[in-house]
Amino acid sequence: MQNKAQRLRYSRILLRELVKTDFKLRYQGSVLGHLWSILRPLMMFGIMYLVFGYFLRWGEGIPHFAVMLLLGNVLWGFFAEATGQGMRAIVDRRDLLRKINFPKYIVVVSATMSALINLAINLGVVLVFALFDGVAFSWSALWLLPLVLQLYIFALAVAFLLSALYVKFRDIAQLWDVLMQGLFFLTPIIYPLSMIIERTETVRWATVMLMSPMAQIIQDVRYSLISREGVDTLGTLGASWYVVMVPYLIVAAVAAVAAVYFRRNSRRFAEVA
Amino acid sequence: MSAERDVAIAVKGLSKTFRLPTESASELKRVVVNFFRGVRGYKEQKVLKDISFTVEKGDFFGVVGRNGSGKSTLLKILSGIYEADKGKVEVNGSLVPFIELGVGFNPELTGRENVYLNGALLGFSVEEISAMYDDIVEFAELHEFMEQKLKNYSSGMQVRLAFSVAIRAKSDILILDEVLAVGDEAFQRKCNEYFEQIRRDRNQTVILVTHSMGSVQKYCNKAMMIRDGKIALLGAPEDVANEYSMENLNVATAGDGNGRRMAVEEFKIDLLSKNKISQNDKVKIKVSYKMAEDVRANALIVLTDVDRNVSIAGGRSKTVQCKKGEWVVQTVTFDLSQLNDSSVRVVGELWDEEGDILGYLPDGLAPRFLIRRTDYPKDRATWAVLFSRGEWE
Repeated sequence: MQNKAQRLRYSRILLRELVKTDFKLRYQGSVLGHLWSILRPLMMFGIMYLVFGYFLRWGEGIPHFAVMLLLGNVLWGFFAEATGQGMRAIVDRRDLLRKINFPKYIVVVSATMSALINLAINLGVVLVFALFDGVAFSWSALWLLPLVLQLYIFALAVAFLLSALYVKFRDIAQLWDVLMQGLFFLTPIIYPLSMIIERTETVRWATVMLMSPMAQIIQDVRYSLISREGVDTLGTLGASWYVVMVPYLIVAAVAAVAAVYFRRNSRRFAEVA
Repeated sequence: MSAERDVAIAVKGLSKTFRLPTESASELKRVVVNFFRGVRGYKEQKVLKDISFTVEKGDFFGVVGRNGSGKSTLLKILSGIYEADKGKVEVNGSLVPFIELGVGFNPELTGRENVYLNGALLGFSVEEISAMYDDIVEFAELHEFMEQKLKNYSSGMQVRLAFSVAIRAKSDILILDEVLAVGDEAFQRKCNEYFEQIRRDRNQTVILVTHSMGSVQKYCNKAMMIRDGKIALLGAPEDVANEYSMENLNVATAGDGNGRRMAVEEFKIDLLSKNKISQNDKVKIKVSYKMAEDVRANALIVLTDVDRNVSIAGGRSKTVQCKKGEWVVQTVTFDLSQLNDSSVRVVGELWDEEGDILGYLPDGLAPRFLIRRTDYPKDRATWAVLFSRGEWE
């Protein structure tokens, strides 16, 4: 049998080529092409800012609310894209799976990679936006890197789990769509968390919301990158250390379950998908 | 690594069962309902039943079998795409399966991009492909098309490109499924050369799945026939090829019934000679027919080469006066000693004096026989109709 080094080399070659292909084919036939990866979140942001920032005035008194709105949108957009495309990766590539024996995780990773490339581009746009908005960057902006890593690990883990489930139950796609929409509203993206605290007159609900890894990541990125003012995190709310641990534990738990489930089922993907 | 260094693939007691969903089992509702009803939402189909064989290093190993016999499943298990339920598969050396050519080919990418993608799936890095890119294009004869999208290629061009990439694979074991019958004649000659070379060099082990008995006899040094998930025959390629051809003949003549009636009440054609003959034998055919009315009629017998799809011989009996309900029996003998190996079907028709057809024998009832010469020289050329190799001076 092939040894480990050879298998790893094969995986690397394959991943590179699949990501390249995905990237080339993504905006196949569209006039604006890859400009869409920037335009889409910007257009969405424009509408959201008009409705929530300008009409409803939800961000009043919060510095750089527009940048935060854009940033939250971009991070959430990545998560939605990576998990959605990751979920379909195995089934979409089933022809390949039936013809050649290769590490199955490659197709899921490659599907999330194109979302990651998009995220990098979009974060660049956010940074330019932030500069124009007069955001003063400090060294704490470097927290962006570990936080994006955490986000990627979380998205990848969810993608692995969903992709394996989707092979067996196509209903998962519908379920995940609804769940994502619900989670979008349960995550402080279009409204500041301080609004929840004001209206409920307690930090309890805000704390619970922040236990979700997506809420924690988005708030932490905003906090370290843009402004400490007007951004509530588990840290600023004074949550005890075991509550602070919850979002990380969730990520770790999802990753563990996904790894075990994916490994156990991946050997039969070629037959079932 | 195995202790026996000369074994490339060892298969022991291999079994595989597929679960075929009876209803759409990928719906959550079905699964839940079935679970509570205690219904298994699938039925089991045994595809491979206790298969054991070994392929030695340097073998050109042919696998034949009718559609659905399980040979593709076997290949997929060998290449690790499917998992065996029971049994052991031991593979010594690196293995690249071309279960099909052009794996990963994408119609929206150009020929060049597809070469890199397909190459990556076969384990080549970008640098490695760049180094052999010119050779690939040269072999495929597609110079002016490489920057065009694959969707603008003809199917023959696609296969040529795929084959040209595939043969670069440097693995110890190649698994090929039905790839020989592609391209035009010139390209087939190239493929032929490639296979001949592998056969001569014997550094690569090849497992070849094919329906072409010509390929089996030409390239393979060992062959195996699979029937209903079991090994029906394992041995010399000639024997396996004959057995396979014979099996296909039997399938073709299965079923009974009379000849289709027009003015004809009954029409039978019997083979009086053996159903496998050599160059020393003659073919003897008995034609019997019974008419529904008094009519003057004759019989026409045509021998058709099934594989080459060409009529090779034929003749008409003399016209006789048939009486209603009485059997007419005629026999005819053909000398086919000039022919190469062939599968032959006997076609029979009944005609009246005016040149109108009265009846014919349905295809399914036509007897068939094989010609298998025993006097082939080593450098045989079995693709031609005639055995003659010309008078050389």
